[in-house]
Amino acid sequence: MNRRELARSLSSAESIDCPKRTMEPWRVLGVTGAPGVGKSCLVDRIVSQWLDRGERVAILAIDPSSPVSGGALLGDRMRMSSVDGGDDVFFRSIATRNLPGGIPVRLDRMVDLLVHEGWTRIIIETVGSGQSEIRIVAVADRLLLVEGPARGDVIQAEKAGVLELADLIAVNKSDLQGAEKVADEIRLSLNFSDNEPAPVILCSAENGDGIGQLLDTIDSLPSARGPAIARSRERLLAHHQEFLLSHPDFSDVLKGFSEGRLNIEEAFEILRRG
Amino acid sequence: MGALSAIRGVQGVSTGGHVMASPLRIVIAKPGLDGHDRGAKVVARALRDAGHEVIYTGLRRTPEQIVRIAMDEDAQVVGLSSLSGAHGFLFPRVCELLRDAGLDDIVVFGGGIIPERDRPALHEAGVAAIFGPGTTSSEMVTFLDNLEF
Repeated sequence: MNRRELARSLSSAESIDCPKRTMEPWRVLGVTGAPGVGKSCLVDRIVSQWLDRGERVAILAIDPSSPVSGGALLGDRMRMSSVDGGDDVFFRSIATRNLPGGIPVRLDRMVDLLVHEGWTRIIIETVGSGQSEIRIVAVADRLLLVEGPARGDVIQAEKAGVLELADLIAVNKSDLQGAEKVADEIRLSLNFSDNEPAPVILCSAENGDGIGQLLDTIDSLPSARGPAIARSRERLLAHHQEFLLSHPDFSDVLKGFSEGRLNIEEAFEILRRG
Repeated sequence: MGALSAIRGVQGVSTGGHVMASPLRIVIAKPGLDGHDRGAKVVARALRDAGHEVIYTGLRRTPEQIVRIAMDEDAQVVGLSSLSGAHGFLFPRVCELLRDAGLDDIVVFGGGIIPERDRPALHEAGVAAIFGPGTTSSEMVTFLDNLEF
């Protein structure tokens, strides 16, 4: 499959016909974190280092669709200078198309195809807020949470959720004041958990500090990771959601429900029958 | 089945909103050495609000990069914005490289400061439409709505 055929096939991931990827060796890095912590710039750094190490890198960058118009403005690639040249890097912007949870099932098939086509590293960059941040664990082999200084109380901001599922945490912008303190706070919070705490790495996408260590740590993570139940749960929920959303009458049912001609039980009953 | 036939009845009723079955994927690109992207960003935003998926390339992309982006993103449309005066070289170059890459089904439109006298040559080179200052967003949206893929 040439590059153009690959790009076309990714548009209709429902019809992708390729073997399911194996879980070993690991291939898929999910990158999540609040807007403004520097996810895209950090991904740019990671991509260039992986390219230097001889990997073939594909990036899937997810941005939200407008709930009003259904359109989307996909601007992640403008922040990544490493992705617009060379045969060993592929960048695709993906709109959520208003599937809550950020289209994990379709994403899963896209990743299968990319792996099948010989891409050795796949990075999924998430929207940066909302439920999709947790759903990403249904697809990623490893989950990197990006934090930064000057975001207020990190622990308060994260509450329960993605911090517990992350395999490692990068505190970006280590060139700015306060990064060290944020890293300490996160380490402290992780130490309360029963599980082996996820590594916390200080780094700077701005000047490159700590990026090598970050990548080495990602590589050395144990393969049998953390809360398998949580991951499987997200996978199952994502699948169910996709099932409901792909019902041929979904928009009619939605309309009927929103206009009050169907109650919620009736609406669900129709969709559930598939 | 009562509920299902009830909802069947709503088909064809207009909601007043415009919901697209499958949005167009549109690359908005800034070719060459030109730092002015207010216009490109306004266009990107307007097309998003019309229900399309818009990929913005950022400033100073080469024609080769733009074609590459259009391919990887599986775009149906490429919009080129130039205010530097180099459109006479850059726009045809993008069209040519798209053809070379087998992407001649991609529709190219242009915008920015494009003097009237330069336009025939650009159309000749494959630019389907040129939207200068004063163009309303609905003119562009209508143009896109009328495209057939």
